[in-house]
Amino acid sequence: MNTGSNEAYHGKHRLERSVAAATEESDKTGEGERMAQVRVLAGTRKGAFVLTSDEKREKWSVTGPHFGGWEIYHLKGSPADPNRIYASQNTGWFGQLIQRSDDGGLTWEPVGNDFTYAGGDPGTHLWYDGTPKPWEFKRIWHLEPSQTDPDTVYAGAEDAALFKSTDGGVSWTELTGLRKHPTGPSWQPGAGGLCPHTIILQEPRIYVGISAAGTLRSDDGGETWRVINKGLLSDGIPDPDAEAGHCVHHVEAHPAKPDTLFMQKHWDVMRSDDAGENWYEISGNLPSDFGFPIGVHPHEAETLYVVPITSDSLHYPPDGALRVWRSRTGGNEWEPLTDGLPQRDCYVNVYRDAMSIDTLDDAGVYFGTTGGQVYVSADSGDSWAPIVRDLPAVLSVEVQVLP
Amino acid sequence: MTDVRPVTEVRVVLPVHLRTLAKTGREVMVSVPEGGITQRGLLDALEAAFPVLGGTIRDRQTGKRRAFVRFYACEQDLSNDAPDAPLPPAVAAALASGAEPFLVVGAMAGG
Repeated sequence: MNTGSNEAYHGKHRLERSVAAATEESDKTGEGERMAQVRVLAGTRKGAFVLTSDEKREKWSVTGPHFGGWEIYHLKGSPADPNRIYASQNTGWFGQLIQRSDDGGLTWEPVGNDFTYAGGDPGTHLWYDGTPKPWEFKRIWHLEPSQTDPDTVYAGAEDAALFKSTDGGVSWTELTGLRKHPTGPSWQPGAGGLCPHTIILQEPRIYVGISAAGTLRSDDGGETWRVINKGLLSDGIPDPDAEAGHCVHHVEAHPAKPDTLFMQKHWDVMRSDDAGENWYEISGNLPSDFGFPIGVHPHEAETLYVVPITSDSLHYPPDGALRVWRSRTGGNEWEPLTDGLPQRDCYVNVYRDAMSIDTLDDAGVYFGTTGGQVYVSADSGDSWAPIVRDLPAVLSVEVQVLP
Repeated sequence: MTDVRPVTEVRVVLPVHLRTLAKTGREVMVSVPEGGITQRGLLDALEAAFPVLGGTIRDRQTGKRRAFVRFYACEQDLSNDAPDAPLPPAVAAALASGAEPFLVVGAMAGG
């Protein structure tokens, strides 16, 4: 039996069929030019799914599950080679694997899974109960491929550590400066674990967001790090404006304004205009400023998206209505986006890495829910439709535009 | 120089996720030095034959069995036996003769 090949065969067969259908449709409409393709990579509790469409983003083809039965915290394509995709695969049984595809997700090969913390005794961080606990590798939360080199990729490991591979994921080296930051012994896990979930590459500058340490910045490719949490206030820690210990949920930057950062914190939506040196609140009229993801429009650096969640105790949308809130003023003034989203009896959550925005002229916004829906808006959030309704709980969503 | 130490072929049954990773069927054969079969010897041989299984059965850092993986043979739970201790004689004989396989099992609690 060769399950891997069977899966690859069926996945390829389905995709070929969908491409053939799309070509036929294009011929019918007389559109001579080949449309751009959109590929959405969805990581779920029980496998990965690849959703593809043409640039209309109306008809979708679904392949998967890839790695059925495994938790896929994240998968992401290389900006330098979109057919190179890295996936983080994990189960409580068998631990961590990293999978790599070189053909856009049709076939996969496991690469390296040795995430040994460098430098001997790793020291301690704080455990949930406030006592010291030795650092221990658990899983990879986020994979961030380099902007320029398909073989270079960064991985955010729980317990909080940053690893780098320059050989396509075969071997991994820890950038120890992050974990060995002087505030490290005071970091404690958020509910999901002590997880580095955000990696923003502006090489040699790198930002990392960690629950619950906060945001850190390196200006030298990950060798040395500064904590950049000034302006954050968190009630769940003894000193609300402590240097470190904040439960940052997600951070995004716009490529054209790299020093402007947007953060969804445990509570509070925050903004920095100086590369994280100072943060200020932009929650404004949001019904709740608790939530997980935050997104930035690719063509409008002041257009933001969040999905408010009722509270830290109630991880579902206010009033059972799933609403994305959009600001076109860089924060503070927000409008609810509801067209096509369930407005009653909806109690799903949207996780921190489960929102993504494509770069087509009319930007498409995507997010996945714990109820297994992946929604798309092909008009910057004005209207929404589900691509799929019944996947396992969605952990991550990443979109790629293919020429 | 050719290694002429006699070896024993042992049947190892893998759980479904590890079969997928190793691109193999339910059961694989691994070669261990004849006499004195140990858990560590078996698992080292298994990982040598299927490097992708490295870290999936035993923790990379500590070398210890992952909590949700169990080892059974001849209706006995060997999970907590010392990895370098010779297997019980009856088990070793059954594995060496091919009458019984060594079972790598995903614990029921792990799913």
